[in-house]
Amino acid sequence: MTAIGDPVARVGGEPRVTGEQLYVADIHLANELHVKLVTLPVAHARVRSIDKTEALAVPGVAAVFSAEDLPGHVPRFGPQFNDRPVIAVDEVKYHGDPVAAVVAESKDAAEEAAAKVQIDYEELPAVFTVEGALASDAPLVQDPSLRRNDPLGSTNVLREHVIGWGDLDAEIPNADLVVENTYRFPMVTHFAIEPHAFIAAPEDEGVAVWTSIQHPYWLQRVLARVLQLPLAKVRVHAPDPGGAFGGKQHAKYEPLLAFMALKVQRPVRLVLSLEETFQAVRRTETEITVRTGIDLDGTFVFQDIDANYLIGAYADIADRVVGKGSYIGNGPYNWPAARINARSILSHTVPSTAFRGFGNPQINWAVESNITEAAIKLGLDQVDIRLRNLARKGDKFIPFDTAADGDWAQTVQKAAEMIGWGRPKPEGRGRGIALGIKSGPTTGLSNSLVRLLADGSVVVYAGTQDIGQGARTIFAQICADQLGAPISDVSVVMGDTAIVPYDQQTSASRSTVLMGNAIQRACGSIKEKLRERLGADYRDDATPAQQVQAALGRLGGEIVGVGEAHKDADPDHPLGGSALFFEFNATAVELSVDEATGDITIHRHVAVSDVGRSINRLQVQMQDEGAAIMGLGHTLMERYIWDDNGRIRNLGAIDYRIPTSMDLPLEMLSDTVENEDGPGPYGAKGMSEGALLPVASAVAAAVRDATGVAIRDLPLSPEHVWQALQEYKQR
Amino acid sequence: MNQIELTLNGQARSASVDAYHTLLEVLRDDLGLTGTKECCLVGECGACTVRLNGEIVDSCLVLAVEADGGEVTTVEGLRDGPSLSPLQNAFLEKGAVQCGFCIPGQLMAADDLLRRVPHPSHEEVEEGLAGNLCRCGCYYQIMDAVESVAAGEVISSPQTPTAAPSALPQPPVDQ
Repeated sequence: MTAIGDPVARVGGEPRVTGEQLYVADIHLANELHVKLVTLPVAHARVRSIDKTEALAVPGVAAVFSAEDLPGHVPRFGPQFNDRPVIAVDEVKYHGDPVAAVVAESKDAAEEAAAKVQIDYEELPAVFTVEGALASDAPLVQDPSLRRNDPLGSTNVLREHVIGWGDLDAEIPNADLVVENTYRFPMVTHFAIEPHAFIAAPEDEGVAVWTSIQHPYWLQRVLARVLQLPLAKVRVHAPDPGGAFGGKQHAKYEPLLAFMALKVQRPVRLVLSLEETFQAVRRTETEITVRTGIDLDGTFVFQDIDANYLIGAYADIADRVVGKGSYIGNGPYNWPAARINARSILSHTVPSTAFRGFGNPQINWAVESNITEAAIKLGLDQVDIRLRNLARKGDKFIPFDTAADGDWAQTVQKAAEMIGWGRPKPEGRGRGIALGIKSGPTTGLSNSLVRLLADGSVVVYAGTQDIGQGARTIFAQICADQLGAPISDVSVVMGDTAIVPYDQQTSASRSTVLMGNAIQRACGSIKEKLRERLGADYRDDATPAQQVQAALGRLGGEIVGVGEAHKDADPDHPLGGSALFFEFNATAVELSVDEATGDITIHRHVAVSDVGRSINRLQVQMQDEGAAIMGLGHTLMERYIWDDNGRIRNLGAIDYRIPTSMDLPLEMLSDTVENEDGPGPYGAKGMSEGALLPVASAVAAAVRDATGVAIRDLPLSPEHVWQALQEYKQR
Repeated sequence: MNQIELTLNGQARSASVDAYHTLLEVLRDDLGLTGTKECCLVGECGACTVRLNGEIVDSCLVLAVEADGGEVTTVEGLRDGPSLSPLQNAFLEKGAVQCGFCIPGQLMAADDLLRRVPHPSHEEVEEGLAGNLCRCGCYYQIMDAVESVAAGEVISSPQTPTAAPSALPQPPVDQ
């Protein structure tokens, strides 16, 4: 029997090591057609005409789709605003915006024909930077007619999120020192090893879709709306994605595929190339100016943050990223006064979307780096200054939000201890530390159904997606523990909206808490039914098989339990709901810099997270270390490079580098603080984003400690660090 | 079209292929072995790694006709009969698998490394796996799995189900 916390091997792991696991691209339907998207080599253009003649003449081509083949008004969709057309209408707004799609009997025919679709277009002025988008004469990315009654409708600012507390103007003169700097975080991309893939097929007076997606139920709603179908006639099959990281939360090309499948009355499939995924999803670029007011003894007085988030041509979920990522931007500290002004700014670039950390890594980079700078200016210890101002459990550090829900000082002290803070450093080494905090989900509804079968084995249904985080294993462990079954007798069913009850979404590190609670309650309802049937004969120590067989006797069959967990909305909260929990992490690094090349070697990387309680300590470690390595990607090497026409110059794996086994810290130590004070089963909190949040801030602080150079633009690539070192030496 | 003959995971297979199709396309689309994964298609990510005539290759960079007459092993051929190989078991036990999409390529690279260097140093493991990207960031766990197999550590197989349907009570017959 296994216990909660045990490093149980992954449920559903075996097919992943044998090649039997079926991802969307591995699924083939009889009589299927292949789709290839047609795009223009520019960012912004008016489409004058589309000539399909040559493309249609390619043998095997079934159809060439464009806006004219869709219902009169091309439907628009999006998780926040219905601003994205199913396919470009008259105008393309970013490099990669599809203007047509070829459907053919083979991939080769689709590709050949896509190159033969003749598009007459006129290139238009475009904006790719914060400065360009905010210029008074900037071309507008969104048609103002889509933004009626919006006071910002005639600008490229989609929304401005202004929040704060205390009397900022009164506090400003009280600070002994004010440190003000601007920090830049470039566009980076998710680079899931599985490129997005989509299949759609007509089915049962409706449509069935197979897609690599985190939120199948949200997609079901989007498809039902654009297709004008009842939800019950839209079936989303959602096989486990091959990595998602936020990039597979929301609808991308599923609406287009669904329309095409219904039009040609055959299954259609589209597997993106890696280059096309770069043009489909990315993280929001930011320029953030922070003014930190502080007393000589290190007490925080005020902080004023002005954050520009450059989002793409369509909003996707990016404006929510801006609002939710920025409201907590002042970090886990008590500030007498604070103000955050964050803008989501439209541009003629790839629509930015959720990406592990959801807007927080960018603001963390600015704020934690500025705190490091303030500590250095005051000659104060960087751990001490953080501990002095850190919210204690129960503090309303954001006055309108959930109180601090962990003993965060414990986490900070553990990380400091593990990096050897305060102890002598080897020659040439620098150390840095930074704290990360992120709000968990603010609303949620998760349903589960658990069946205790006649032989004592268990089937659990969860609408959560196992995107690699190991949700299936966690759910099986909870069921096994609650019902007393061996984990090998538990099956977890996911990924089909026609079979599995509703779960709002797989994001914000919510699943262990929300779906975990729903499953625990479903198991509880099974136990209640057993008690009801068995009365005085109920025995807690009986095996599940004995219990179900005793309860049902000659009737046979099984006991079914249902469970629900929810987090209600709060209309008075600026985010529409308070934090269900906070993810809190302290990251510390020790590194050296090769001054001849600018190359950074991280000798030790420490990540400590407050997880409440580990359900599976191996998976917790995998999540934290994986998040840390992903954070090292945007810290050390990743960024999109743009040309003058707004095209991404480093599309694909040759020119865009992510960490490999050769780029790792020489030593990685991850650990947890577990006080069983979370809202999930056994006191668990959500985790898996925390260890990414402060990586850049901690590494840059250590670079500064080692070399004296403060760098405020990411990534800290060798050429960038080398250049900064040369400038520093000349001063 | 060109006829090619392969010894694929120990079995004789033939396929009629276009001269411009890669080994990856033929394995996945024509021969139905979808364990080998498609990602970057420029030989950088390693997801499509297979063994061809005793050496690992990125199957996206090899034309299928170049493999004619050759011996190919894919992830589907790594099992020890009905059981998982020690390497496959080690990947599961050490937590090397998150989303799993890169894992077929990682396993092929790890298998090749251990064939060439049965007792690799840590640096040799890092280098041996450097051509295989894992965005979930399981590198430490993958290397741990490889090193545990090299060290001959005994790795347990996954648990098997225990419930016994044969012992079930017969439900009532009701017609």
